[in-house]
Amino acid sequence: MSGVRVLVGTRKGGFVMTSDAKRERWDIRGPHFGGWEIYHLKGSPADPNRLYASQSSGWFGQVIQRSNDGGQTWEQAGNKFVYDGVPGTHLWYDGTPHPWEFARVWHLEPSLTDPDTVYAGVEDAALFRSTDGGQTWQELPGLRGHESGRYWQPGAGGMCLHTIVQDPSNPERIFIAISAAGVFRTDDAGKTWRPMNRGLQSEGIPDPNAEVGHCVHRIAMHRSRPGVLFMQKHWDVMRSDDAGETWREVSGNLPTDFGFPIDVHAHEPDTIYVVPIKSDSEHYPPDGKLRVYRSRTGGHEWEALTKGLPQRDCYVNVLRDAMAVDSLDSCGVYFGTTGGQVYASADAGDSWAPIVRDLPSVVSVEVQTLP
Amino acid sequence: MIRVVLPAHLRTLAHVDGEVKLDVDGQATQRSVLDALEASYPMLRGTIRDHVTHQRRAFVRFFACEQDLSHEPPDAPLPDAVATGAEPFMVVGAMAGG
Repeated sequence: MSGVRVLVGTRKGGFVMTSDAKRERWDIRGPHFGGWEIYHLKGSPADPNRLYASQSSGWFGQVIQRSNDGGQTWEQAGNKFVYDGVPGTHLWYDGTPHPWEFARVWHLEPSLTDPDTVYAGVEDAALFRSTDGGQTWQELPGLRGHESGRYWQPGAGGMCLHTIVQDPSNPERIFIAISAAGVFRTDDAGKTWRPMNRGLQSEGIPDPNAEVGHCVHRIAMHRSRPGVLFMQKHWDVMRSDDAGETWREVSGNLPTDFGFPIDVHAHEPDTIYVVPIKSDSEHYPPDGKLRVYRSRTGGHEWEALTKGLPQRDCYVNVLRDAMAVDSLDSCGVYFGTTGGQVYASADAGDSWAPIVRDLPSVVSVEVQTLP
Repeated sequence: MIRVVLPAHLRTLAHVDGEVKLDVDGQATQRSVLDALEASYPMLRGTIRDHVTHQRRAFVRFFACEQDLSHEPPDAPLPDAVATGAEPFMVVGAMAGG
């Protein structure tokens, strides 16, 4: 019988949650790597038993873990992330040059076709790739070597490469996003990169229409339509219909267009989800009501999804990697909060129920649909 | 024989309980002890000192014989009591953060 496996990274460990296709009763295992920040866990689309985890600590640095049995057991992989060549400098918060320094892996994106190939988005922003199951890592230096690289500046959370989207129709094309540089695209498997930020407007930077410097929080794609991208920017929800060449705002009737995650329904490429957050200094939902907003029209027109979610006194945040969808017939939607709740909807967002309420602060949520 | 005490999270990574015992070639220094530690437990590479520069991570300290040796040169001899195994070389995670 088919089912789902939800992979949850928190500030103090990782959790693996499984259910059958009804998605009503859950088996929760963890914490794995207790006490460590688990920035991200993700499974290989080519082998769902192969999982990767980014394990991080302010004391002991970066560790990468790998599982070959769906998260029941783990083995340590390689943690040597060394920038290619002489790293050079980017700009610091105060506008002065600052040496590139590796801090942590924010996001692990396994290849669509090879379980041993996985990409890592890191802070300070760079893209690494492993082709041996995470044992060794090589930077794809063309990204950081882009002529704008020396002018990139960190967002409040650090200068992180947090989003990696592979084009399923073209193995040479990858999109990445960096806070606060913006979106870049490669069409030659990572050798060269172009900024893809035309149409973005950000009032917090000197030139609101600059080619580079936007605080993009997350981008999402439906695999059947890889030329269409959706973006949650610091402020503004955006859409591109030409593979990132140009963007237009689709925030429409959202109560606020600040937020972090954005995702696309598994079977309806124009149905998208965001979690509006009051502002960039408040980082909680408006009016103390936790509401996911869904658009069935690819933006502009949004409806609040509230059934089963707290509608008073709720002041949690939902971080950029903390939303995911499964691909069962009735699409499941999942998200985790900084208050430690993981919510699931088995009916595309119409109704919600907590899988668990009292985890450490949730950093990331991914889901695997199992045969 | 050198005795090394690791913090709990690194004992978990290294799959060890209690002290680690190491044979160190030549003089016992921070560098030679950490080289021997990482050779026996390669999963600890990068968690105590940087992979390339071998600089101690900021929130890791080295204590022995009731002294903080963290700022001693990496090639300075460790106290005789550490070199003989009478006292352990302690890798400590600083008490900071949450």
